[in-house]
Amino acid sequence: MELTRRKVLALGTGTLAFAGFPALARLADGVIADITGGAELREGGISLSAPEIAENGNTVPVRVDAPGAVAITLLADGNPVPNVATFRFGPMSASRGASTRIRLAKTQNVLALAEMEDGSFRMTKAEVKVTIGGCGG
Amino acid sequence: MAAAAITGASGFGNWARCAAQQALTQDRLLEFETFGNVSLIHVTDIHGQLKPIYFREPSVNIGTGSNRGAVPHITGADFRRFYGIKDGSPGHYALSAGDFSAMAQAYGRVGGLDRVATVIRAIRADRPDALLLDGGDTWHGSYTTWKTRAQDIVNVMNMLAPDAMTFHWEFTLGSARVAELVEQLPFAALGQNIFDAEWDEPTDIFLPYQVFERGGTKIAVIGQAFPYMPIANPGWMFPEFSFGIRDENMAALVGEVRAGGAECVVVLSHNGFNVDKKMAGLVPGIDVILSGHTHDALPEPVVVGSTIILPSGSNGKFVSRIDLDIRNGRMMGYRTKLIPIFSDVITPDAEVAAMIAAERSPYLKEMTEVIGQTDSLLYRRGTFNGPWDDLICAALLSERDAEIALSPGVRWGPSLLPGQNITREDIFSVTSMTYGEVYRTEFKGAFLKTVLEDVADNIFNPDPYYQQGGDMVRTGGLGYRIDVSKPQGQRISNMTLLKTGEMIDPDRTYIVAGWASVNEGTEGPQIWDVVESHIRKAGIVTVEENNSVDIAGI
Repeated sequence: MELTRRKVLALGTGTLAFAGFPALARLADGVIADITGGAELREGGISLSAPEIAENGNTVPVRVDAPGAVAITLLADGNPVPNVATFRFGPMSASRGASTRIRLAKTQNVLALAEMEDGSFRMTKAEVKVTIGGCGG
Repeated sequence: MAAAAITGASGFGNWARCAAQQALTQDRLLEFETFGNVSLIHVTDIHGQLKPIYFREPSVNIGTGSNRGAVPHITGADFRRFYGIKDGSPGHYALSAGDFSAMAQAYGRVGGLDRVATVIRAIRADRPDALLLDGGDTWHGSYTTWKTRAQDIVNVMNMLAPDAMTFHWEFTLGSARVAELVEQLPFAALGQNIFDAEWDEPTDIFLPYQVFERGGTKIAVIGQAFPYMPIANPGWMFPEFSFGIRDENMAALVGEVRAGGAECVVVLSHNGFNVDKKMAGLVPGIDVILSGHTHDALPEPVVVGSTIILPSGSNGKFVSRIDLDIRNGRMMGYRTKLIPIFSDVITPDAEVAAMIAAERSPYLKEMTEVIGQTDSLLYRRGTFNGPWDDLICAALLSERDAEIALSPGVRWGPSLLPGQNITREDIFSVTSMTYGEVYRTEFKGAFLKTVLEDVADNIFNPDPYYQQGGDMVRTGGLGYRIDVSKPQGQRISNMTLLKTGEMIDPDRTYIVAGWASVNEGTEGPQIWDVVESHIRKAGIVTVEENNSVDIAGI
């Protein structure tokens, strides 16, 4: 699927209906628009690894890789401030990826947005659930 | 390899027919035409049950998303029709609910590790180098596992000589005790998804996989521990460890062992059945997933792509035998049999029986003390409730003087028949754990809804990777309506305080009693003492049918 700006917005709306954080999801959309200037977002070429369910919402390990990226921005669309980090890479950077730990206020999408050397943009996301916990089998 | 290239057979139909002819014998139960060149033996989710027990399978087991109406989410007569199991047959009794109390009188108890030992020995007589694999949830769940911090079950299991094991409830013994017990194991402790929490890298204690050479064939067994340990169980008891599904790491390891010459890849899993199904579709190259955690018992494997998935029940009730034909690095065929351990039919292994007696003897007097009697069939399994949990909730309400009771939706714990005595051991078998303190606290109505919504999403999320694989939290004194098809936050409605019939007020405070909190520092009496006191006062307990949950969207 080609991820156009309109589809991203539609995704954002879906998230909003699901999770009920309209203002926050829109904040993330705003940040994306600021970075891309409205340019097309494509899938592929970027991978994001995050746990399906956070063991501790205060410190969630994530890893992002986008070979050929000049910058990668991580966003958390359910946090009061969606910007998590921007990693910049120069021509001498051996790998275009980073690992970090982030804090998630509640169940939400972690978004990774890469600006590539050719000026195009790639995006992927992972839903991370932050739960009170249940009881196993 | 195309799925069509695999030829499969299940021996289940044979014994069902034999039994219909009143010919339920040990030989018939074990009858198996040896096949191919590799044999696996799978036991899982024994939950500390050394002795034969009764165990009723669920009559309500709701699946959502793509698992709606798929096995194991069909029960009772529908399950029997799906597999061609005759009503009234031993298969009916062992694998499905319905007429349980009457059939239990005829067919007797199931399980007992001395009987399991006999079955394993018979399979090894057939195929001396068969691999015995334990899917975990072994070192937990009984009076003696509590008293000995699981030394009893470790000693008995070691006599059966497993080749590898993976883990879940074992971690609730605390990381120090787990490490101590793992060091005693004369076999591999596996878990590719057990990581060091601080550095997010593999640990020294648990190996990701082990490669065995059997019958001239290299077999890689990759362990998969329960992925949601610190969420579903108290993470503060094992803070050094991190888990998760980590299917990308699984895929990398499958590649690594194949490149290293493994001709057969087996995953010894505590994911739960639906998670295993999804993982099999995402990670290529796995031949067999031996599935644990969700306590399902299926007479035939479920096939996803070219992977077969076999869940082997719980509480020592079943042993699976899986024979594989591995040629040129490919699984060309399989033959499987889910062997029900009918304890009156299978002769106990004398040495293991003596070991079990020795482990129990220091505690025998206190554990066999009769506390009361039951008029009702007491069992646990069911998506929303079961009579054992109804009884536990009643104990919480009366003994702790609460308006609402919450009890965890776990799936372990044997059943008791109407007319049976309730011993202290029976109470421990449905409550034993290292965090059994009963809290008494105040919840706002709105928070109660949040709790129910949160737990419901861990059960009914349509994506199996977001399911933790238990049942819904049991409620006492509280009724509600649930639409399982809705998203989180919209499933629960009509929450009612049963005592008054009033709707729950989001702003009012309610007195709530519950147990098995994952929070550190929970204070209160142990759940088994609370339940014992309640049963002792009642003398004879009767549990009425529970209709307090109105279910929609199935």
